[in-house]
Amino acid sequence: MNDQAMPRAGSVNAGDLPDKPAPGASAGPVAWLRDNLFSSVGNTVLTLLGLALVLLTVPPVVGWAITSANWTGGADACRANPGAACWPFVTARWEQFVYGFYPAAERWRVNIVLALLLVGIVLLAIERTPGRRWIGLFMVVVFPIVSFVLLYGGSFGLPVVETARWGGFMLTLVIALSGIVASLPIGIVLALGRRSEMPVVRLACTLFIEFWRGIPLVAVLFMASVMFPLFLPADVTFDQLLRAVIGVALFASAYMAEVVRGGLQAIPKGQYEGAMALGLPYWRMMRLIVLPQALKIVIPGIVNTFIGLFKDTTLVLIIGLLDLLGIVQASINDPNWSIQSVPYTGYAFVAIVFWVCCYAMARYSRYIEAKLHTGHAR
Amino acid sequence: MSDSNPRAVAAPHTMREPGSSAPAPSFWRDPAKRALVWQVLLIAVLAFLAWRIFDNTVTNMAARGLTSGFGFLSTSAGFGIITTPFIEYAETSDYLTVFWVGLVNTLIVAVIGCVLALLLGFVIGIARLSKNWLVQKVATVYIELFRNIPLLLQILFWYSAVLAPLPGPRDLHASGDDVYLSLNNRGLILAEPIGQPGFQYVWYAFFAGIVLTWLTSRWARARQMRTGQQFPVLLAALVLIVVLPLVVFFTLGSPIVFEPAVMSRFALGGGVTIIPEFIALLLALVIYTAAFIAEIVRAGIQAVSHGQTEAGLALGIKPNHRMRLVVVPQAMRVIVPPLTSQFLNLTKNSSLATAIAYPDLFAVFAGTTLNQTGQAVEIMAMTLAVYLTLSLVTSGFMNWYNARIALVER
Repeated sequence: MNDQAMPRAGSVNAGDLPDKPAPGASAGPVAWLRDNLFSSVGNTVLTLLGLALVLLTVPPVVGWAITSANWTGGADACRANPGAACWPFVTARWEQFVYGFYPAAERWRVNIVLALLLVGIVLLAIERTPGRRWIGLFMVVVFPIVSFVLLYGGSFGLPVVETARWGGFMLTLVIALSGIVASLPIGIVLALGRRSEMPVVRLACTLFIEFWRGIPLVAVLFMASVMFPLFLPADVTFDQLLRAVIGVALFASAYMAEVVRGGLQAIPKGQYEGAMALGLPYWRMMRLIVLPQALKIVIPGIVNTFIGLFKDTTLVLIIGLLDLLGIVQASINDPNWSIQSVPYTGYAFVAIVFWVCCYAMARYSRYIEAKLHTGHAR
Repeated sequence: MSDSNPRAVAAPHTMREPGSSAPAPSFWRDPAKRALVWQVLLIAVLAFLAWRIFDNTVTNMAARGLTSGFGFLSTSAGFGIITTPFIEYAETSDYLTVFWVGLVNTLIVAVIGCVLALLLGFVIGIARLSKNWLVQKVATVYIELFRNIPLLLQILFWYSAVLAPLPGPRDLHASGDDVYLSLNNRGLILAEPIGQPGFQYVWYAFFAGIVLTWLTSRWARARQMRTGQQFPVLLAALVLIVVLPLVVFFTLGSPIVFEPAVMSRFALGGGVTIIPEFIALLLALVIYTAAFIAEIVRAGIQAVSHGQTEAGLALGIKPNHRMRLVVVPQAMRVIVPPLTSQFLNLTKNSSLATAIAYPDLFAVFAGTTLNQTGQAVEIMAMTLAVYLTLSLVTSGFMNWYNARIALVER
């Protein structure tokens, strides 16, 4: 370009103009509102309905639980303001809600187990942890034994704490965790059995799985408390908690088997054939080739099973064990706290505890799922 | 274990027949024979376990002075049940009647629960995919909130925190009042509709409408296959099933009378009462299960490849036809199997009724009857048989439906 060809300054801009902002109707908050909330008559009606629903539910709940709630004081403060949550009830009963009737002098044992559990879970959830495999093995094999020794006592100079005194959140965790740890190996064996080529093995495993999946957990717990004593020789007695745990584990193993079976079916046949071509016998083929791949895909399924099991542990209150919900339910009826807001507060507390745990696990499971599912996202 | 074959055993190479390509393997090297041994072993172990359990049970029952058998079913129960729809029941009725009452109560809550949960779940699942930001968020919050809170807690919440503190009938109604609709701590009380002579014709019209709708839809489908012309089947169904009975109803001069409940000095009498236990159980089951169904519906619709929607757009199919004829039929294939297990879950979860004393099968039969008679084995066997049968029937029906809508491939 030479100077003569340049237009005179003033009539035309020499450089590029900065982009003008888009008109207010097609960008910015107004446009967002129009696109997402008021794009048509029907949409506007839906928005208004949704808004009404939110306004009807959220402010009362927030007011009840947070802004006008009783945070300090005792039963008297709550009695003076019965229209809002009574959190002092939870503070006063906190230790019972966590430990049940575990003796106060021995609660450090529970604390150690809880701390170990927390550290283990955090280390396992973080992918960069070195030696995750060994930590996992430790959590599944060593941790339950350590926990049992610590919680029950009777060795290493620890006094025995009868399981009848266990309760609260600790009992919820004991039942859910022992259920899942026991159900994993049983579930794997059942899943392999259901896909076996031996008709008797396949039939036995299928019947077992379908039986447990077909009956409600309440029935399982009832059987554990009413029928187990009938099935066993008269001189063998199990305590109530162990019976419940066995029932829960058998129940969960059937669901676990179906989850694992899904993983086994997802492994391409070539993997089985490759292993066979290498001359690996059945169990080594499963252990070295198939199961490591299959179990990895079904981690979300296992976590989901665990979430279900965790919520279902509340059912043990029906056979008289005082888990978190059971102990809150019992505390609500305490005459010292017979205040209108206490039952709501108690249920809200249990709901929050379960919700936080289950939601966290669900998010983790979805994260793993998203990581395993690459390439199909839209 | 089968992988621990000693490698040292060398196959005998000596006597090979000229025709055969491989030597006959030793007993343990032959998979077929090995499988046989394992299976015989498994049968033996299972038989031994079964025999031990049977033997122990007989011994223990004898020690407790229990006679086995189903004779107890004809003994008089001697306890009252708060609601016994469709079945005549009194305290003098036998335990078999208790069983039927419990079964009917379980079925009622399960069937109504499944239908309502399906409706609510579908609505929320669609809302979850809505382009409306607010509606989508509300649906998400609903799903995440209710499916992460234990069902038993929700049942207890509705029962003892919402319904129990309601005012009693005496606080709501003056003595001598006629009550047509009332929600109080005794439950939901409605006026009782009583059909007058001639009302049966309304029922006849209703059933005739259903039959005619079925015939119409068959004819419409055949015509569409033949000529490509569509017929508004949905509109016709509405006219036949709803309008036709209504016309009959009004031409007969509205042969129905609503008999209100009457407030006496102390209590409400008459009317139809829906007990709070039922309401609490139904609410909790529906709200909880709908959250799961909504996620299933969402996943099903999202599983239909976006290309299908785009192809529909390219062909110029109307939006609601695109949804109904292209997306939903394909989504159903993904939705139906997990939906089946949600229906089964709801049915099984209805046994939580026992926590709030709604008289379902579990509460009255496996609970009260078992406590009174001690016939644990027989009662649990009957109860489990019922739940297993319900599971089989539900999954059988859903499998049939699934096979009908499944992709037909070469």
